[in-house]
Amino acid sequence: MKNYPVVLISTVVAPLSLLAVVTFVSKGSLFGTAIEGGLIMNFFSSGIALSSDLSHLKNDFKLQDMVVSSPTSSRLYMSGMALAEIVYSIPSLVILFVLLAVYVRPSLTQTAVIFVVLLLMFTMAGALGFMLSTISTDVVQSFAFTRLLSLLFTTLPPVYYPITYIPKKFQYFAYLSPTTYAAEITHQATGYLVIPNSLLLADWIILVGVSVIILVIAIKNTRWREI
Amino acid sequence: MGTLQCNSLTKIYEDKRKALDNVTFTVETSGIFGLIGRNGAGKTTLIRILATELLPTSGAASINGFDVLKQEDELRERIAIVPQEARAIRWMTAEQTVLSYLLWRGYTYGDAKRLADESLAKLGLQEYTNVLTSRLSGGTKRKVLIATVMASEADVIFLDEPTTGLDPISRRELWEILRALGKERFIFLTTHYLEEAEELADKIGILKDGKLVSIGTLSDLRKSAKYQYSIRLPPNAPVPTLKDGEVTTGAHGNTQVMTNEEEAFRLARLLSDQGTQFSINPVTLDDIFFYLVGQKARDE
Repeated sequence: MKNYPVVLISTVVAPLSLLAVVTFVSKGSLFGTAIEGGLIMNFFSSGIALSSDLSHLKNDFKLQDMVVSSPTSSRLYMSGMALAEIVYSIPSLVILFVLLAVYVRPSLTQTAVIFVVLLLMFTMAGALGFMLSTISTDVVQSFAFTRLLSLLFTTLPPVYYPITYIPKKFQYFAYLSPTTYAAEITHQATGYLVIPNSLLLADWIILVGVSVIILVIAIKNTRWREI
Repeated sequence: MGTLQCNSLTKIYEDKRKALDNVTFTVETSGIFGLIGRNGAGKTTLIRILATELLPTSGAASINGFDVLKQEDELRERIAIVPQEARAIRWMTAEQTVLSYLLWRGYTYGDAKRLADESLAKLGLQEYTNVLTSRLSGGTKRKVLIATVMASEADVIFLDEPTTGLDPISRRELWEILRALGKERFIFLTTHYLEEAEELADKIGILKDGKLVSIGTLSDLRKSAKYQYSIRLPPNAPVPTLKDGEVTTGAHGNTQVMTNEEEAFRLARLLSDQGTQFSINPVTLDDIFFYLVGQKARDE
């Protein structure tokens, strides 16, 4: 980021551009949900970006081989690199958190709910991204995967706006994405969406369950020392 | 002084390709050990197994008493590798490259910064400390990677074909660095440049189709060769009748006689008496390699 400042601009533009589009199209009525959506997109994209970034470092620079033969464990490597991805997102996160504080004004409880959801998103996407990077052999494929997963999980599902804005039959498809549950929880927590408590509980169970399942799959399938 | 031991190491990949076949050897972990072999001989597979990156199909290995298969955590504190085709990350400076590697290895920022600067200085790279590696020449980039592993506490360093792709001058500069490094740490080096192994290695192993066909000092290898001396004659020079040896004539008419010591000196006296120009040398690693690896390699 220090060596190539243009990276700063590109990391800011992606989540904020969709926020701007949704806000303009809704004439400002969805600004609050779009801010929350921007945060979800940011954390999910930061995690899933590990897939292409680490694949690039592994396949083109052989960095992973150097790290495997060092005291660094795979979990430490993943955590460190995931934090690096968050560092790259700091500019856009600062803007989004300031907008959230000024426009949505969440209470302490609402803030806690948003943070837990974002943490789950980041953990899930990071584990998935790391696993994909360790089994990838081609960076071109990895970049394609990252773009595809980001699109499928943050752009297509109702993350920037409430799920009620999409037709009923498409809502079933939307529920295939864990980000839909994440958005539903944050939108409900800040009052932009009203759903029964039973549905909210189901959202939490599914979101936590999917996160745990992805984490277990990632731990089992991550290739560190090759066989 | 410890040892590096391989006992019946075998590696068969998922596609059934046998990369290593029952490799057994022991070397002392001091100086430089050079592993040579043709492309696909199994050099990288062996180095990756020893550097705890890859599991063998069967067999065992240890380095300085640490089991490569069972004590990888302890071993990884003491080893470092520059893999084949490793490249310095182009959006980082030379110092950032070394520093980040040391931070991964668990050094504090202060220690990592000091060690990185010391290591870069030792390799004469001070002027490139704050230069992006993308702006460095191929040889300097490779030196930055060597500085990276040198900066660590590792006392066993694996270098997989460290000079491949470098120009002759850069290669020789790197040899000087490796020679100095080999006085402080154990270097396990793979190469397909025979003169590199000959120049640098205290002990040399030759891999052929996953099998270790020979190991020893250059002098040991010379003894293991069928003939220990090479006599070269200019085109059209008469070749005396040989009691023992092989004669090869090159495309330009140059003649090479491979023979034993006694016969070499007999021929030398004979050629001197005839007034024929000739050169006489102990066989080079090149000759031994071709002899051990086989005629097929020579033909190709």
